[in-house]
Amino acid sequence: MTSLIFGIAIFVALLIIMSLYRMVAGPTLFDRLLGAGLVGTKGLILLILIGFIYERINMFIDLAITYALLNFVGAIVLGKYFERRREMPR
Amino acid sequence: MTILAAIFILSGVFFMTVSCLGLIRLPDFYSRTHAVGKSETLGAILLLIGLALHNGFVLGSLKLLIILVFVAIANPTATHAICRAALRSGLQLWTRSKPGS
Repeated sequence: MTSLIFGIAIFVALLIIMSLYRMVAGPTLFDRLLGAGLVGTKGLILLILIGFIYERINMFIDLAITYALLNFVGAIVLGKYFERRREMPR
Repeated sequence: MTILAAIFILSGVFFMTVSCLGLIRLPDFYSRTHAVGKSETLGAILLLIGLALHNGFVLGSLKLLIILVFVAIANPTATHAICRAALRSGLQLWTRSKPGS
């Protein structure tokens, strides 16, 4: 089971790299925001998996709760900020 | 219990892979929000259920379930906020007669 969790952590890291492509090469700004949200959720999962690998899960779960809260607040605030602009931001 | 946790974790990884492929391959911003808002949330929920089953009946599993409920509420809400901001700032929909954009 430990080797399965280790392999899945490596695979989730590769998926983070795949969604970084949309952050770098997105045509509009909102595609980049969407890719940032996806990287945030996958980073949350990767943090919990790292906690299972090092067997210090009680510390890493608190870090993951904080990371989820910051990710949610950042996405909401950036959405409300870019809603004000009338022209199309790049 | 271990086999059940492994099944949940592998299905969660499958749905996360599908959402990542959809983010890269779909042609429009609004269809990419479809991939991010639903498949990613389902994959995260399944993977957290699997990890909680693997952890056993301790306090850490309860915290994992709290993260699960928070992700299930917050991830579609954030996607909807970004999508509404894109619609109100005038991003055009994708049609087949006008490819690219």
